[in-house]
Formats: sequence, C-alpha cells, structure tokens
Amino acid sequence: MNKIVSLLCGIIFGIGLVISEMINPEKVLGFLNIFRDWDPSLAFVMIGALIVSTPIFHLFKNKNKPVFSSNFSIPTNKQIDKKLIIGSVLFGSGWGLIGLCPGPAITSIALLNMSSAIFVISMFIGFYLASKVN
Amino acid sequence: MNIVNFTPISALTGGLLIGLSVALFFILNGRMIGISGIASNLLVSKNNRIDNFLFLIGLILGPLIYNLISGKEINISISSSLILLIIGGSLVGFGTRLSSGCTSGHGISGISRFSLRSIIATITFMIVGILTVLVTGIL
Repeated sequence: MNKIVSLLCGIIFGIGLVISEMINPEKVLGFLNIFRDWDPSLAFVMIGALIVSTPIFHLFKNKNKPVFSSNFSIPTNKQIDKKLIIGSVLFGSGWGLIGLCPGPAITSIALLNMSSAIFVISMFIGFYLASKVN
Repeated sequence: MNIVNFTPISALTGGLLIGLSVALFFILNGRMIGISGIASNLLVSKNNRIDNFLFLIGLILGPLIYNLISGKEINISISSSLILLIIGGSLVGFGTRLSSGCTSGHGISGISRFSLRSIIATITFMIVGILTVLVTGIL
C-alpha cells in the first residue's frame, strides 16, 4: 500500500508544482529578483504548503505509527554546523543561477526539455560527489 | 522594487497541493518529504528504494496528468547556457546533500517541524539565491 501512496504523493506534488508554476525557472528567478521586478508568488506557495503540512505534522507526530508503515522516521539531526551553512550557500548559488531546485528539475523531465535534462544529470553527479564527501 | 507577474491564487492552490502531498506521505508512510534526499537516496542507498523511485515517477507523471485533465499546455523557459546548466545543476546537487535538504526538505518539511536547522538553511539559500540573481543581473 505504501508504494501506491508514494506514487500518488509524487503525482500530487508534481501537479502542485505545475499549478503554482514553480516548475518554470523564470517564475522562481522572478521571486529571487527582489531588488528589481519582484514576483512574490513563491512565498505564497510556501505559505500554502506550510498551512497544510505544519498542523498535520504536529497532530500526528506522537501517534504510535503511520497508517501503512511500522514507524515514523523523523530527522533527528539538530546540529547547526559548517556543512549545513556551506551546503545551503552552494545550493542557493546554483538555484539563483538557473532557477531550478530538485523538485521542479525532476518534474520538468516530463516536458522533455533538453536544458532541464542537462541540469538534472549534473544534479545527480552533485548528489554522487556529496555522498563521497559526507 | 516593482511587483510583477504576481499570481497569488495559483501559487496558493499549488502550495496547498504540495502541503497535502507532504501531509499524506507523513500520515500514511511515516516520512517527511525532501526531494533531494529521495532522489539522491535512489542513487546511493538501498533503503526505501522502490518508494523513492515511485515518488519520483509520480512527480514526472504530475505534469502529464495535469495536461490530460486540464488540456492546458505547460510552458517553461530556461535561457541558461550549457556550461551554466552544468555548474548550476552540480551546485544544487552537491549543496543540497551537504546540507541534507532543499526547498522541500528544509523549506517545507523542516519548517513544518519548527526545526531551527531547517529555518537557518532556508534563510541562507534564499539570501544567497537573491544575491546570485542580483549579481548575474548586473553582469
């Protein structure tokens, strides 16, 4: 059953990225272009997501187990360290350079766009290199 | 600063769906969604491999199903050069794994949990993203 949930949640997430237009790098770069012509839409995407996910998380986090799995798996790392900051700086610079982050990049594979395919392949190389460093 | 191209209704609607996906995945499967984690684990870890794979397939099916139902075309525009795409993609891949999260993992799932780590990560990548756009706009 959790396989169907995984597929379904991916589909819902992907449709959310399409409707909010976050799949379009121009829209994301418009949000980051705060000092000139600013498009605040991305902030509304975050607000929309958080008003659903935040109460649900806190309502269910102390339950015994999730519906289709034996236990909850919640990140436990609380460390504010160099890796967190350097990683976020590197991610932010790549994000600002192109306007794609992992979710929209992978979702945009559906559109058979050559540029986003090159981005996704490079991103997976980055994942692999980071796994060797970590 | 001028406000341009602002689409609050579609942004909020899409955001609610993304939040619903995060909430369902947590209640039903017990995990918090972070797409960089899901994608890189597919590459480097055997844990939850089929779930991770199916989630990413779902992401890719999303635009196709949307197109089928609504009949609307989805247009994106990427004007970056080949070399910038390679640099940008590598930075996003490497950076998100070094900091263990991206816009979804830190920005949505982490902030939902009130994780200080994720709040700091989100503020950092947003500020650096803004500065990057500022600098590339000047160059």
